[in-house]
Amino acid sequence: MIAELGHYALVLALATSLLQAALPSIGAFRRDAALMASGTSAAYATFILVALSFAALTHAHVTSDFSVENVWANSHSAIPLLYKVSGVWGNHEGSMLLWMLILTFFSALVAFFGGNLPATLKAHVLSVQALIATAFALFVLLTSNPFARLVPAPGEGQDLNPVLQDVGLAIHPPLLYLGYVGFSVCFSFAVAALIEGRLDAAWARWVRPWTLAAWSFLTAGIAMGSYWAYYELGWGGWWFWDPVENASFMPWLAGTALLHSALVMEKREALKIWTVLLALMTFSLSLLGTFLVRSGVLTSVHAFATDPRRGIFILVILILFIGGALTLFAVRAARLKAGGLFAPISREGALVFNNLILTTAAATVLTGTLYPLALEALTGDKISVGPPFFNMTFGLLMLPLLFAVPFGPLLAWKRGDVLAAGQRLFAAVAFGLLVGAGVAYAQGGGPVLALLGIALGAYMIGGAVTDLALRSGLGKVSPGTAWRRLSGLPRSSFGTALAHAGVGVTVIGIVAVTAFQSEHILAMTPGQSTEAGGYALRFDGVKAAEGPNYTEERGHFTISRAGIVVADVWSSRRLYTARRMPTTEAGILTFGASQLYVSLGDDQPNGGVVVRIWWKPLILCIWGGAVLMMLGGAVSLSDRRLRIGAPARARKPVRSLPEAAE
Amino acid sequence: MTLKMTRKQKRLTLIAGGVGFLSLAVLLVLFAFSQAVAYFYVPADLEKAHVAPGTRIRLGGLVAAGSVERSAGTTVTFTVTDTLAKVPVTYTGMLPDLFREGQGVVAEGAMNDAGVFVADTVLAKHDETYMPKDVADRLKAQGVSLGGQETIR
Repeated sequence: MIAELGHYALVLALATSLLQAALPSIGAFRRDAALMASGTSAAYATFILVALSFAALTHAHVTSDFSVENVWANSHSAIPLLYKVSGVWGNHEGSMLLWMLILTFFSALVAFFGGNLPATLKAHVLSVQALIATAFALFVLLTSNPFARLVPAPGEGQDLNPVLQDVGLAIHPPLLYLGYVGFSVCFSFAVAALIEGRLDAAWARWVRPWTLAAWSFLTAGIAMGSYWAYYELGWGGWWFWDPVENASFMPWLAGTALLHSALVMEKREALKIWTVLLALMTFSLSLLGTFLVRSGVLTSVHAFATDPRRGIFILVILILFIGGALTLFAVRAARLKAGGLFAPISREGALVFNNLILTTAAATVLTGTLYPLALEALTGDKISVGPPFFNMTFGLLMLPLLFAVPFGPLLAWKRGDVLAAGQRLFAAVAFGLLVGAGVAYAQGGGPVLALLGIALGAYMIGGAVTDLALRSGLGKVSPGTAWRRLSGLPRSSFGTALAHAGVGVTVIGIVAVTAFQSEHILAMTPGQSTEAGGYALRFDGVKAAEGPNYTEERGHFTISRAGIVVADVWSSRRLYTARRMPTTEAGILTFGASQLYVSLGDDQPNGGVVVRIWWKPLILCIWGGAVLMMLGGAVSLSDRRLRIGAPARARKPVRSLPEAAE
Repeated sequence: MTLKMTRKQKRLTLIAGGVGFLSLAVLLVLFAFSQAVAYFYVPADLEKAHVAPGTRIRLGGLVAAGSVERSAGTTVTFTVTDTLAKVPVTYTGMLPDLFREGQGVVAEGAMNDAGVFVADTVLAKHDETYMPKDVADRLKAQGVSLGGQETIR
C-alpha cells in the first residue's frame, strides 16, 4: 500500500512539474505576476511529492518488504539498518529517484531563496528546472519504476552488493548528486538569461552561490568515492580513471572553471558569453555522466544494445537539453553585449588561463572516456584507455595551472604586473624549495621530479598564505593592525586561500604516494615478520569470525617500531553468504597522514597466506586537500556579499565595486 | 610590463594563446593514443594477430579449469582460454577476490619471447555473476556458450 502511494506521489509530481514548467513561463511572457508566482508553490509541491515517494521507497527498504522487486533485488533482512537505508540508492531505480529528489530540492531552494530575483528571471529558472524534472520523472516512471511489485512475494531478498555495504558508500551518492545535480540550477539560470536576452553582473552574482554550493558538494562526493575505492576494493588505489569516476570528474573540472569565470563576470562584466556557455556545459557533462553510468553503455555496448530502453531514453533527454540549450545559445548569444576589456596579464587574464586549462583538461578526459566507446561502435576494436593515457595528457596539461594558481589572486584586475607578483611570491617559492629539500634529506634522496612535485605543492600552500599576508599588510603595518585587517578581510578571501592551499595539499599527497609508496607482496606463515615503511609487521595467524550477513577469516598483525609494539590490526577476507561473494576488508593503520595498508590474499599450500602490504606515505593529504577545497567553498559561500537572501544588494546590477579584496 | 596594447592586440593575444594551448593538447592526446592505449584480445584473436612480444595488450577469456598452479612464492600460472585457443599466463602478485577457475578474467601485460603472457594486472570484477564486458562480448561473438554467466546485473 505504501509503495503504491509512493508510486502515485511520483505520478502527481510529474503533473506538478508539468505545471511548474508551463505556468511561470506563460506568466513571464504575459507579465502576469500571479502566474509567475505559481511557479514557487508548484516547486514546493513537486519537491514534497518526490520526497513522499522517496520516503515510501525508504519505508519498503527499512521494513524489508520483499514484495517490492527493488527491495528484493537489493536488500536482505539480515543487513544492518544503515545499509537497508543506503540500499535505497544503491541500485539503478532508487538512485534515479534520489536524482529526482535532489533536483526538486534545488528547485524548491531556488523558489525559497529567489525572492530577490527579478520575477521573470525566477519564473524562467523554475520553468527550466521543472522541464528537467519532468524528463526525469518520465524516465523513472516509464523505464525504471522502483515500486514494481513481485507476486508472489519472495521470503528473502538477494542482498545489497557487498562492496556497497559500507558507510562511505552510504553517503557518497547523495553528496555526489548534490553536486552534479546542483549544477542544474546554473544551467537553468543560463537558459533563463538566454531566453530573456539579458545578462549582467547581477546574474553572475546570483549564479555564483549555487555554483559554489554544488561545487563544494561535488568535491566532497568525489573525494568520498575515491577514499571508499581506496579502502574497500582492497588494492590500495585511490583513483583509477575509470569511466564512472571520469563521469563525475568532468563536471567538477567544468564547474571549477565556471566558479572562476563567474567571478570575472561578477566583478568586471567580462567573459559573459563564455560564462553562460560554461554553465550550460557543466550541467551537460553531468547529464552525460548520468547517461554513461545509468544506460549500461559502459558495462557493455552489447548490454546497451539488448536492453536499450533506458539508454535511449537518457540519450534523448541528453540531446533535447544539450541540443536545445546550445541552439538557444547560438541564436541568442549575439544579442548579449560583450563585456569589458582587460590586458592579457591581469586578474582576468589569469582566470582566462585557468578556464582555458580546466576546459581543455576536461575535454581530454572526455576524449579518453568516449573514444573506446566510439571506436568499438565504429570498428568493433576494443581498447582500454587507462591511467597511462590520462597521466600523460591530463597530468601534463594541468601542470602549468598549478604553477599559476598562486599568481592569480596577486594580480590586479584589468592590468597586472607579473614580475611584481613573482617578487611577492619569493617567500612561497623559497618555502616550496625548502620543503622539497627537507623531503630529499629525510628520504635520503629520491626522484628529482617527485621532489619538485612536493616543492610545487608546498609553494601553492605558501602562495595561499602569502596572499592573505599581503592583504592584511603583514610586515608593512604593526602586527595589531595586520591582525585587525586580516579578520576584516571578506570571507571569500579566506575561501580562495583555503581552496588553493587545498590543491597544494592534494598535490603533495599524490606525489608522495606515487613516488615514495612501497609495496610488499609475500606469502606469510603465522609468526613470520616483515618490514614496511620503517615498521615491522608480525603475522599472528588467521581466525574465523561471523558478521550479521557474512562469514570472515581475520588475519591479525602486530606492528612494532624499533622493537616496541605500537599497534595491531585485523585484515580480513569476507564471504557474503546471500550472494556467495567474497570481498577484502583491508587492515589500515594511520600514522600521521601516512597509512599502512594490509590486505589478505589466497591461502598457500603450506599453510601460509599471501599478504600484500603497502606503505602509503602522506596519502591522507589527497583527501585532506579535497576537504580544504570543500571548506574553502563553504567559507566563500558564507561571504556576506554572496549570502543567499541578501536582497538589497543583489537587486541592482552592481558594477565592480572598489572591492574590499584589494 | 606596461605595454600599451590596442583592443585588437589584446584580443589577438588571447586567441593566439588559446589556440596554441589547444593545439598542444590535441597533439598530446594523439601522442598518448598512439602510446598508452592497450588493445584487447581473446586467445583465438591473439593467435591470428601476431602481436609482437613486448607490446602491451589486454588478454581476456576464461580461466581454464585445473590450470591454476601456485608456486611457493606469490607467482601464479594459469591458462586463459576462449575454448578455441589457449594462452599460458604467469602473474606475480595477489589475485583479485573473484579470481576462480572457470570464471572470466582480464589480464594486462605483454607476451614474452617464449609465448607466455606475462601479466602485471589481473582484473576480475566484484560480482560473481559478472563477466568482464570485453570477454563476454568476444566470447559471444565466437559462439561460445557462457551458461548464463554473461548476465550483467
